[in-house]
Amino acid sequence: MPKLDSGAALESFRQSLQAAQEAQRPCVTICSGTGCHASRSDKVNAAFVEQLQAQGLADKVDIKRTGCHGFCELGTIVAILPQEVTYLQVKPEDVAEVVTTTLVEGGVVERLVYHDAVIGAIPREDDIPFYKPQTPLVFGQNRYIDPCDIDSYIVKGGYAALAKALFSMSPDEVLNEVKASELRGRGGGGFPTGAKWKTTKEAADPVKYVVVNADEGDPGAFMDRSLLEGNPHRVIEGLIIGAYAIGAHQGYVYVRQEYPIAVDNLTVALQQAREYGLLGDSVLGSGFSFDIAIHRGAGAFVSGESSALMAAIEGHVGEPRPKYVRTAVSGIYGHPTNLNNVETWATVPLIIENGSEWFRGIGTEGSKGTKIFSLVGKVKNTGLVEVPMGIPLRQVVFDIGGGIPKDRKFKAVQTGGPSGGVIPEKMIDVRVDFDDLSAAGSMMGSGGLIVMDEDTCMVDTARYYLNFLSEESCGKCVPCREGIYQMLGLLTAMCEGTSQPGDIERLEEISGVVKDFSLCALGTTAPNPVLSTLAHFRDEYEAHVNEKRCPAGVCKPLVNYYIDPDKCRACMLCFKECPAAAITGARREIHIIDQSKCTKCGACFDVCPSRYNAVARLSGVPVPEPVAAGTPVSPRKGGDDE
Amino acid sequence: MSEITLTINGQEVVAQEGQTVLEVAKAAGVDIPTLCNLPELVPSGACRLCTVEIEERGRKRLVASCVYPAEQGLKVETETPQVASGRRLVLELLMARAPGVKQLTEYGIRYGVDPRKFDDTDADMCILCGICVRYCAEVKGLNAIGFVGRGVDREVMFIPEIAAKECADCSECFRLCPTGVLPSNYGINRVPHFDFPPNSFCKP
Repeated sequence: MPKLDSGAALESFRQSLQAAQEAQRPCVTICSGTGCHASRSDKVNAAFVEQLQAQGLADKVDIKRTGCHGFCELGTIVAILPQEVTYLQVKPEDVAEVVTTTLVEGGVVERLVYHDAVIGAIPREDDIPFYKPQTPLVFGQNRYIDPCDIDSYIVKGGYAALAKALFSMSPDEVLNEVKASELRGRGGGGFPTGAKWKTTKEAADPVKYVVVNADEGDPGAFMDRSLLEGNPHRVIEGLIIGAYAIGAHQGYVYVRQEYPIAVDNLTVALQQAREYGLLGDSVLGSGFSFDIAIHRGAGAFVSGESSALMAAIEGHVGEPRPKYVRTAVSGIYGHPTNLNNVETWATVPLIIENGSEWFRGIGTEGSKGTKIFSLVGKVKNTGLVEVPMGIPLRQVVFDIGGGIPKDRKFKAVQTGGPSGGVIPEKMIDVRVDFDDLSAAGSMMGSGGLIVMDEDTCMVDTARYYLNFLSEESCGKCVPCREGIYQMLGLLTAMCEGTSQPGDIERLEEISGVVKDFSLCALGTTAPNPVLSTLAHFRDEYEAHVNEKRCPAGVCKPLVNYYIDPDKCRACMLCFKECPAAAITGARREIHIIDQSKCTKCGACFDVCPSRYNAVARLSGVPVPEPVAAGTPVSPRKGGDDE
Repeated sequence: MSEITLTINGQEVVAQEGQTVLEVAKAAGVDIPTLCNLPELVPSGACRLCTVEIEERGRKRLVASCVYPAEQGLKVETETPQVASGRRLVLELLMARAPGVKQLTEYGIRYGVDPRKFDDTDADMCILCGICVRYCAEVKGLNAIGFVGRGVDREVMFIPEIAAKECADCSECFRLCPTGVLPSNYGINRVPHFDFPPNSFCKP
C-alpha cells in the first residue's frame, strides 16, 4: 500500500475500496468484543471458517470479526449481511445450521433470533427493543468494522473528517467548530472540550501534547474499552484532528494493561495508520506531522486522574499532584497537555464531518450529543447503550434494559461509578445529562449505570465502593488515605452488626473532611457513595446501626434463616440443598436449622417451595427456639401433605 | 518578579509573584500548621494540614496553602471554623496511625482533638509525610528511600541496594523525621551487606 499523500489520494482510495465491494456478497460478521470474546466468539469464528469450507462457500462468503455490538447479554452476536439477519447467543455447534439455512437456503434459523414477548421473532438487529431507542452515532460503526483492518474503516468514510480538517479548515476553525459544538468531556467531569483545547493551544510553550485517557477503571464500566477494541481508528482520527487544532506533534494513548484486546487492536491500528501516511511526517501530505505512542497503565485506578496519568507517562509513580496550575498549561514534562477521554476523542470526527450545528441538535441545553453507557447490574439486557443526552433514566432501565430480572422491584441506579451516587426509584424519571444528574445528587461520570433491585443493601453497596476506593487510594494525602480507611471500618461494622450509636454521624463527619481536604478527585468524590445512599436510604443505615437489622437481607452477620415449624411440610428439599449440613430432619419430621452450622448462604430460602414458604429470613429479631428434634409435621388442614 | 498584594485574615500583605500562600503567610507571621512541608523541598501537598480558605471572584474554597500560588487580590482565611474542624479530623486520623508523635500532640492541643477518636490496630508510628523520601531524592539525589504500597498499606522503605552503599555516610533524613521513627525503620530494612551468615540462602 503506497502512502496516501493528499486528501484526493485518500478519497480515490476510498472509492476504489467501495467499487471493489460487491453489495450483494454475503458476509458473516462476528462480534469479537470483550463480552462476546468471553462467550467464545473465537470458537464461533473457527466454526464458520470450517463450515464455509465444508459447505463449499469459502470463496463466496466473507467473514468479518467486528467490534462490540453492545448487546453483551446475548453474545456471541452473529449478523449475516446483506440480509441483516442477526443471531444471538450463537454457539460453535449452531454454526452448521446457520450456514445451511441462511447462507445456502436463504432462510432464518428461528431459534437463534431475538424473541420478543409481544412481537415474536425479530431477525433484524435494529428492530430489537434493546437497540430501538438508541442513537448509535459514536458506537454504531463498531458492528461493521474489523478493527484490525483500516480499509474497513476507510470504506465506511473513515478519515474523511481528518482530510476535511487538514485541507479545508485552519487549526483555529477546527477549534472553533469543536467549541461551537458545546461538546463536554465524556470522562466524567463534563468540562467543555473546546475551552480545554483553547487553553492548551494558547499556552506559550511551543511543545504541546495530546493524550487519550483510556484508563477506564470504574467497576462495571467498559465503554471506552469497547470503543478502543472495536473502532480504534475513530479514536486515532479524533486525536489527530485535536492535535492539528491545538498544535501538538506527539500524542499518547494511556490504556490499561488489563485491556489486552484494546492494546493489541490499537497497536495494529497505529501501525496501519502509519503505513497509510495518516500518522508520522506530514500527515496525508499536509505538512502537519504527528505521531502517537501507547502507554500501558500498570493497574491503578488513580492513574485515570489527569496529573497522576501524566506522572505515569513520564515514568514516575502514578500519583496525583495538586492541580492549581492546570495540566492544560503544565502537563507532561511541564508542557501544556490536553487530555480527553476515549469517547470524547471518538466524537470529534463526527463534529468535524457533520458540523457543530448538527451536533448541537442532539441532546439537551447543557449537554449536547450522545453518551455511551454500560448498563449492568440487576437488569435484563446488560450491555453498552448509546443514547441522546437527556433521555429519561426510566427509558434506559426499562425500555432498553428490559426492566429487572425475575420481576423483582427496582430500587436504584448507581451512576458515575465510585465517584457518583445513587438515583432512587422516586427520581427514575430524571433526564440523563450532566446537569440533571448532578442536580439529582449523583453525576454522569464516565457512563456506568448499575441497576439495583430490592435485594440490594445500600449500606453494603456503599461499603463495596469504599472498599474499592480504599484499595485504590494512592495513599499520598492523609484525608483520602486514612479517612476512607476509617469510613470503610465504620461501614464494615454496620454490615457486621458491630456498629455503635453515633456511627452514622461519625461517617458524615469524616465524609465532609475527606470531600473538602483531599488532594485529588479520587478523594474529594470518595464520600459520594456514602453521602448519596445516606440521603436517600438513611432508614437502612439506621436499621443497621440501631436494630442490627439489614432490611434487604444481604448483610450475612445480620441475617438468620429459620424454618417455621407451622409451615414446614418436611419435604426434604432444603435438607438436601444445604451445603453446610446444618439442617436436620426427616420425612414427616419438622426440619430444623442448626444456627451454629449455618453459613447463611440462603440456599434453603431459595429452594423452599413458594406454596410452603416455610424458610424465613430474619434480620433484627431473635431466632425463635427450635422445636424438639423429631417433632412430626402438623397435619394439614383440608389437604394432604406434599 | 513583580509585587502583588493579598489579604490574609483581613491583613493586607505584600508578596512576590511565584510565592505560595504558605510562604507569604509565614513571612507575615501567620502560623499555619504543616507536617509535610520543608522549605528546601518542593511542596507535595500531602498532609493537607495547611489547608486554608480562599476567596476568588466571590467564590470560596479550600486549598492547600503550601502549593497554592499567591495571586494578586487573593483573600485568605487561615482559621475558619471549617478549616479548624477539618484540621482537627486530619490530626485525629493521623493519631490513630501514629500515636504519641510530639508534633501531632502539639497541634492536637491547638485544635482540641480527641486522640482516641479512631482506633487503628496497625499503628506503625510513621505519618507518611514523605520528607525523608523527598529530601533523599531532591537534595541528596540518592533515592535511597521511597514509598512502597498504596492506600493505608503505603510505607516508607529504604531501598536495600542503594541504602547499603549510601546511608551510612549520610543519615541526614533521620534528624528531619517528625516522628523519630525513621532510624528504626532503617535498622529493620537495611540489608547488612557484608555480614551474611556463611551458609545463607540470601547471600548476594
